[in-house]
Amino acid sequence: MTTHTIVVVSAGLGQPSSTRLLADRLAAATAEDLPAGTRIITIELRELAHDIVDNLLTGFPSPALNEVIGQVARADGLIAVTPLYNGSYNGLFKSFFDVIDPETLAGKPMLIAATGGTARHSLALEHAIRPLFSYLRAVTAPTAVFAATEDWGSASSSGGELTARIERAGSELAALIDRSQPAAPADPYASVPSFGQLLRSR
Amino acid sequence: MQFGIFTVGDVTTDPTTGRTPPEHERIKAMVAMARKAEEVGLDVFATGEHHNPPFVPSSPTTMLGYIAAQTRDLILSTATTLITTNDPVKIAEDFAMLQHLADGRVDLMLGRGNTGPVYPWFGQDIRKGIELAIENYHLLHRLWREDVVDWEGEFRTPLQGFTSVPRPLDGVAPFVWHGSIRSPEIAEQAAFYGDGFFANHIFWPTEHFVRLVGYYRQRFAHYGHGTPEQAIVGLGGQVFMRKNSQDAVREFRPYFDHAPVYGHGPSLEDFTGQTPLTVGSPQAVIDKTLTFRDHFGDYQRQLFLMDHAGLPLKTVLEQLDLLGEVVPVLRRELDALRPPGVPDGPTHEARVAASLADADTDLETSSR
Repeated sequence: MTTHTIVVVSAGLGQPSSTRLLADRLAAATAEDLPAGTRIITIELRELAHDIVDNLLTGFPSPALNEVIGQVARADGLIAVTPLYNGSYNGLFKSFFDVIDPETLAGKPMLIAATGGTARHSLALEHAIRPLFSYLRAVTAPTAVFAATEDWGSASSSGGELTARIERAGSELAALIDRSQPAAPADPYASVPSFGQLLRSR
Repeated sequence: MQFGIFTVGDVTTDPTTGRTPPEHERIKAMVAMARKAEEVGLDVFATGEHHNPPFVPSSPTTMLGYIAAQTRDLILSTATTLITTNDPVKIAEDFAMLQHLADGRVDLMLGRGNTGPVYPWFGQDIRKGIELAIENYHLLHRLWREDVVDWEGEFRTPLQGFTSVPRPLDGVAPFVWHGSIRSPEIAEQAAFYGDGFFANHIFWPTEHFVRLVGYYRQRFAHYGHGTPEQAIVGLGGQVFMRKNSQDAVREFRPYFDHAPVYGHGPSLEDFTGQTPLTVGSPQAVIDKTLTFRDHFGDYQRQLFLMDHAGLPLKTVLEQLDLLGEVVPVLRRELDALRPPGVPDGPTHEARVAASLADADTDLETSSR
């Protein structure tokens, strides 16, 4: 039986962070629908904030950031969760995906989710966050999960709806992972054209 | 093994004084560095080529010709000559002329340049960067080796019965390095021709370049130029030295913190841990530089960047004095470690001798 690895990226900045809380619940819901032994790696971008900015400036990742980028590249599924700032992902979230090679997420099954103050912001997932991952050619699950402050209330009110949504999204990601080929990070040296090809391709 | 310095030729404000040198002063400072390089026993001076501020060296062969007249032994080179935006015909002529004037003390490093807007100033398109590098060098290579060239390509007007003048000194073309920081295609190109490959790894971690240089070595052997260990490799480096390491760190930190490329980013400590930059005592520089061989194998040319981030000329010349003390140690250590069969750094004399030996072999073969 194949063991899957799910990488969870949380761009929450508060501690404790409701973004991280949502990320953890999505990871648990996904693992529930996958074979036992699924490995979950959670990345708090806050801890890599300086490394990410340094990478933007120098063009290369620190060893710690490089390790995390490798984990994302090798993941069977990705869960990306950001707080919404000014109607979109926060800068840290975008910067992280800006320093990753654009090919890294191609074909990768993933879930997108966000947290915000009120439900008025929920469609930012569809007009800002999903397009980012469409551009990167990731395969996003149809259900995107938004959690407003009030959703963390009692299970009997809107909290029940959030739980249902998390479970549906988790099942969708699990199904996508189940159907997809194991991730193999692209090797830039595997496809270097020979000199004859370079000369002819002009 | 050859040691030298390369300069980008940037005009950068000294962050400790707020002073920005005028272009004239910066250009003359580059010449002063070259003369100092010869004085302290270095082998190579290489200048960049740029066509936009804040850089000054737009005309490398003019500068190198001037330096040639003021030096005796120094090899004059570039880092890099833009093979994409320069007409290969003009490169062939300019460097052959320089080769004659400098009595053979000339080689050059080809690069693509990475600034998009520069390309259209010279009628080219950065999206064709690799293709330009491939086609232009293919023509340049022929212009130096064939007296009469017929040519038709995608990027310049055709040539019919064209002779590039002057012909290379002693019939031997200047040695060519291909510089790249990320493109395996350029490593492939260098390997195909049996030319040198220069990995300017000063801003990036070693692991990335180990792969690139390894690929070049493997392809060099594939194309029948020798074993992988015999491929001609050059490496960049970047150092700041004082007798005491603490003094070096204290003096260099403001320059590091404000430097173009990596300033305002990682700490000096992180950056020196992750890249070839060494800030410390001469012994620290020796120790760090010796690790390059562990990563990349025996190599032929080590160039250091000494004059960036707004360091004043006086400081740079002091740095070159210190480098003059470090290099003999490195030379001794690295030459002692180099196994037989691994070539030394390329010189005009050695290449002329090799071409005569090849001609003799050909004669013997044909007379049998």
